[in-house]
Amino acid sequence: MEITRQKVDGATAPEDLRVRQLRARQMLRGELDDAELDEYVESRVLATTLKSAGEWVQNWGRANALFPATFGLACCAMEHISAIGSPRNDLSRFGAEVSRASPRQADLLILSGRVSIKMAPVIRRLYDQMLEPKWVISMGACASSAGMFNNYALVAGADRFLPVDVYVPGCPPRPEALIYGIIKLQKKIKGHPDAGWRERYGAHGTEERA
Amino acid sequence: MPDATGLELVAQSLRERLGDESIVRTTYFREQATLEVRPQAARAVLAFLRDDADEPYDFLASLHGCDYHPQEPRLGVHYQLLSTVRAERLGVKTRVPVAMPQVPSVVDLFPGANFQEREVFDFFGVIFQGHPDLRRTHMPEDYEGHPQRRDFPIGGEPVLFTFNEHESPRWYD
Repeated sequence: MEITRQKVDGATAPEDLRVRQLRARQMLRGELDDAELDEYVESRVLATTLKSAGEWVQNWGRANALFPATFGLACCAMEHISAIGSPRNDLSRFGAEVSRASPRQADLLILSGRVSIKMAPVIRRLYDQMLEPKWVISMGACASSAGMFNNYALVAGADRFLPVDVYVPGCPPRPEALIYGIIKLQKKIKGHPDAGWRERYGAHGTEERA
Repeated sequence: MPDATGLELVAQSLRERLGDESIVRTTYFREQATLEVRPQAARAVLAFLRDDADEPYDFLASLHGCDYHPQEPRLGVHYQLLSTVRAERLGVKTRVPVAMPQVPSVVDLFPGANFQEREVFDFFGVIFQGHPDLRRTHMPEDYEGHPQRRDFPIGGEPVLFTFNEHESPRWYD
């Protein structure tokens, strides 16, 4: 799917969009008559519902079959392992437990621990090797901001060198917190790409159109 | 542990073998015997203690670096020797200045010193002469400087606490 930013005004908008807008305005004013209205609704509804239903199924499948890479960095990895592997926390209830030993087969990278400047290029290479679409969870204070470390060895936040989708706070986060982060990510994949940040930041009107 | 007398006997045999100036001093503190030696003599001292001493020390338990800043000479290399027969330990210390941080390598005597000397080189910049492959172990290959020296900047980013909040005004923007 190609994402383009379109400015909505009569001079520069694409013809198709402009026509749709005018048609919608006519509908609101009640200027469309019966036959024309039926024809319009049928064409629009069929097209949009089929398209969105397909996308919905695709996203639903992606969200419920996350393949995290088998990858841990430090002490957070213990909680990571416990969230994925232990019967108490059993991540397979939420469809994200198939930990893959190769980045070529994974689509979720969980950065569980501190990222040293020597490890950063390795992580970036792993991320580049992963399949698209791919997501990253920054787990714990260290991966998000170097945490309690303030020294020559660590990168202050993994988002310096790769895009991060969900930050899980904690030192280390409990397995429940990681599961909550994964569920957040699943919601994001299932078609709430902003995960509510537009409300929090008052950023309505900056949406990008598909 | 050699007791204080034993330590003096070891030091005396080393002086007889390697010359008076090779041993700088001996310290016996809290039942730990330590010889401080000149850096040029470090390898010869360890070779003697391993092979020719009356009570030899056959195992190098640890080799590590230290920065005595602001004392001079600043950099230190510590060898912890262990006799696996008698279960006795002996420390050997040597000090080198930052301007000429050169210590003979003991990799040929104790192969386990290989990575430990590389680590000391990585973090303190001590150059071990005769080391087969003196590269960094922990820091990236292109890293500049030796970060465990005490005059090395701590790096990282200042962390915002309430006591230093005023140093970055309007951080919440």
